[in-house]
Amino acid sequence: MREIDIAEARPRSRTAGLAAAARLVRGARLSPLEVVALVIFAVILFLALFGPRIAPYPTETANPLLRLLAPSRAHLLGTDVNGMDIWSRLLAAPRTDVFIAVVATGLSVLVGAPLGVIAGYFEGNRRRLSSLVGEGIMRLLDVIQAFPVFIFAMVLVAIRGANVVNIVAAVAFVNMPVFLRLVRGEVLQLRDQPFAEAARVVGNSDLQIGFKHLLPNALPPLVVQISVTVGFAILLTAGLSFVGAGIAPPTPELGNMISEGAKFMITGQWWPSLFPGIALGIIVFTFGVVGETVGRLLQPGGRAARERGGDLNVGAQQAVADMVQEKRGVS
Amino acid sequence: MSELLRVEGLVKHFPLDRHRYVAAVNDVSFVIGRGETLGLVGESGSGKTTVGRCILRLIEPTAGRVWFDGRDITSLPDEQLRPLRHRLQLVFQEPFASLNPRRNVRQTVEEPLLLQGGMSARQRSDRLRETLALVHLGDRHLGRYPNQLTASEQQRVGIARAIVTHPDLVVLDEPTSSLDQTVRAEILDVLVDLQDRLGTAYLFISHDLTAVESVSHRIAIMYLGRIVESGSTQQIFGRQYHPYSRALLSAVLYPDPRRKLEPFTLRGEIPSAINPRDECALYGRCPIGLPSCTESAPPLEEVEAGHFAACFRWREFVSGKATAVTPPVEGAPHPAVSRWAGRDPARRPGDKAADPEWCSPVTKQER
Repeated sequence: MREIDIAEARPRSRTAGLAAAARLVRGARLSPLEVVALVIFAVILFLALFGPRIAPYPTETANPLLRLLAPSRAHLLGTDVNGMDIWSRLLAAPRTDVFIAVVATGLSVLVGAPLGVIAGYFEGNRRRLSSLVGEGIMRLLDVIQAFPVFIFAMVLVAIRGANVVNIVAAVAFVNMPVFLRLVRGEVLQLRDQPFAEAARVVGNSDLQIGFKHLLPNALPPLVVQISVTVGFAILLTAGLSFVGAGIAPPTPELGNMISEGAKFMITGQWWPSLFPGIALGIIVFTFGVVGETVGRLLQPGGRAARERGGDLNVGAQQAVADMVQEKRGVS
Repeated sequence: MSELLRVEGLVKHFPLDRHRYVAAVNDVSFVIGRGETLGLVGESGSGKTTVGRCILRLIEPTAGRVWFDGRDITSLPDEQLRPLRHRLQLVFQEPFASLNPRRNVRQTVEEPLLLQGGMSARQRSDRLRETLALVHLGDRHLGRYPNQLTASEQQRVGIARAIVTHPDLVVLDEPTSSLDQTVRAEILDVLVDLQDRLGTAYLFISHDLTAVESVSHRIAIMYLGRIVESGSTQQIFGRQYHPYSRALLSAVLYPDPRRKLEPFTLRGEIPSAINPRDECALYGRCPIGLPSCTESAPPLEEVEAGHFAACFRWREFVSGKATAVTPPVEGAPHPAVSRWAGRDPARRPGDKAADPEWCSPVTKQER
């Protein structure tokens, strides 16, 4: 049995584990850029979980005596206007930003994807009511998307008050149409595929076809979009904080760090703003690249190529061997 | 043989705009008995696939009725149709596209059983293995995804999915046309073998006449949305009572050098199915067509026991007296074009003078 083979081949020692990881990387045919992005991605996730603990200085305690110190051996990236170590705060900041962005994007997907399936599947349906539901969803979306994302999020937070829950809700709300449209588009294209008809013929209902057969096939572009959106949700969160509609200091957060430091740029203290800014850029970029990579690996063709050692000839040989064996079995 | 499927007066029009429609299927009727194979033959655009899809209610027929096992399924709502689905299955033309790329063989073939319900995991597993064995697939294929299978394996998975619930009727929509010759023979063998074991009835839709001949009990030949001739396989391949059938069958190339070829060709191509007139659809291509053939569409007449043909002049045709009424003229315009000549001058003004044969005074007088 194949499953057992795989279980037995599971690496037992650490070196074997590393070798397996190396094989995986080779099989996935990652470009150097993708490898770098994946490493940074792992670092970001690590910081989101443990950042505040590994920070060398307290991240939320002001010390007026150490105000605006330039980068030095003691303070690698200098200190900010409140005398807090920027390096320490930078390590702690992803927890706030990544947490908000991931939760908000998760919510967007949970609401947007199912609505997208419904809107796509029932668009132009022969049953009047179903068709109207799909149409209604899309028009509502047009209204939501008519507002600029940033302004809209700002207004929502302004109405409800600037706390974590409201920021998550606002970011989730403004990003939801992206997933809805994406899934709808995929479903519109997939629903005319013969396999969707095949699903109907074997007795699936409309909703079963939509969620069991079509949605999984919309996964690769969805994963790419999730990752890109998390990046932009981080940017949005930081932006809200930058204009004061987000996370307030002293909580370490990239947006308010940039905002606090910005006013000292002209007086020559460039470090309080620059480093969080670079960090923000790297994070957004990384999520974009990682999304593309994962999306590519999720394509069914990619998986097959990997399982056959990436060699098409091996696959063909296997197929021929199977056929020969079969013929013998039959006759 | 008791009746399993009855199709009566099936019509399917696809609207193009307010005034135009494509008449894919016009008044098609046939019956399939239990355990019987009906071959539905015709060239591309003849509406044969549409017939299959209407029967399965993948598209809604414009008119006509479909009875399955004595039950009218034409207007059955989806909720009531679904429990019947496992008795009425379909095998697709494109093996790869008809399989969900994200589901492996086990998931694909087991799904109809899960939806049918009433089987334990053990029973399902047994049925799964038994069915895969019937299509010559084994346990090692269970975990594979469609892109890891050869075209033949893909099509056999498609067949396994269709027969796993032991349906009464399987619509085979050109199941072999996208496969190469060796695989084709293999798939046909599997299908015939299955019928022997399970007693499944087939509606075998194909333009591959040799394939149809080898598996069908009866054959219906379609042309432009209508059945022009139907009968047992022996009758159809023995003697054709309709000019179109003869032309179609004379185009079959048998791999036998001693077999004499009797060329019988029609001029032109299959005409447009947009807003067709109520006339013999072959008129204009037919070598024995008379102006009177345009007065109405010829009905199917019983030309011998169980053998039907839709030609006004089948008697003359079959006795050989009606050949070459309108012989093809050297240098004449394309018949599909000349068909319009003298009939609709407003639409094709230039063609009128170009084809003397078709604008003869006799033609005009008769109309």
